[in-house]
Amino acid sequence: MLLAHQLAIESDWITADMIEATEFPDLVRRYAVSGVPKTVINETLWIDGAVPKTEFIGRVLEGAAMAKELPSVGP
Amino acid sequence: MRLFSEAERQQIVDRLRDMRNPVKIVYFTQELDCEACPVVRELLEDVVELSDKLTLEIYNFHVDKDKVAQYRVDKTPAIIVEGAKDYGIRFYGLPAGFEFAALLEDILQVSQGRSNLQPEFVSRLADLKSPVHLEVLVTPT
Repeated sequence: MLLAHQLAIESDWITADMIEATEFPDLVRRYAVSGVPKTVINETLWIDGAVPKTEFIGRVLEGAAMAKELPSVGP
Repeated sequence: MRLFSEAERQQIVDRLRDMRNPVKIVYFTQELDCEACPVVRELLEDVVELSDKLTLEIYNFHVDKDKVAQYRVDKTPAIIVEGAKDYGIRFYGLPAGFEFAALLEDILQVSQGRSNLQPEFVSRLADLKSPVHLEVLVTPT
């Protein structure tokens, strides 16, 4: 199963989209996708390829910490 | 037309037998400029037939504005796998191959209200207190 979806189940703060890249060329351009999987975090950070779970989660937490610095983001 | 052979249907039935609580699949479609939408609808209609714990709600992306806002979808085809609550799980596009397997797995885990992620990873999420939006771009396999 997709790790991003597992994280969404386990944390109310996480939403996770699985996007079929070929159907959304605009997103592929916007995020400069040259290979898959590519995971984009809060539209700013990204993870290229499949990485170990611990590294993936570390990157997600890093993205969250950055979001916290932006007062306009969040519920 | 059926998308699945009888053998495939049986495999899906067997897979979904482990569902615990009901799961609602919410699907957003549109009439124009969405080549994949009709086949996604057909796929979902076929799948929900295979478990009495599965239901399907279909909304029009351009008409059902309140639902679009509630589920915060911004493109079609959009699939939401919702259980006791909306966990924030979305599929955009036709879930084929690996993505279809992921959809079935999501249905099972949402139905159980928990992922089967190892506890040491789950515990790392405990301190998370700000929103994270993950977009995973994939291609069919």
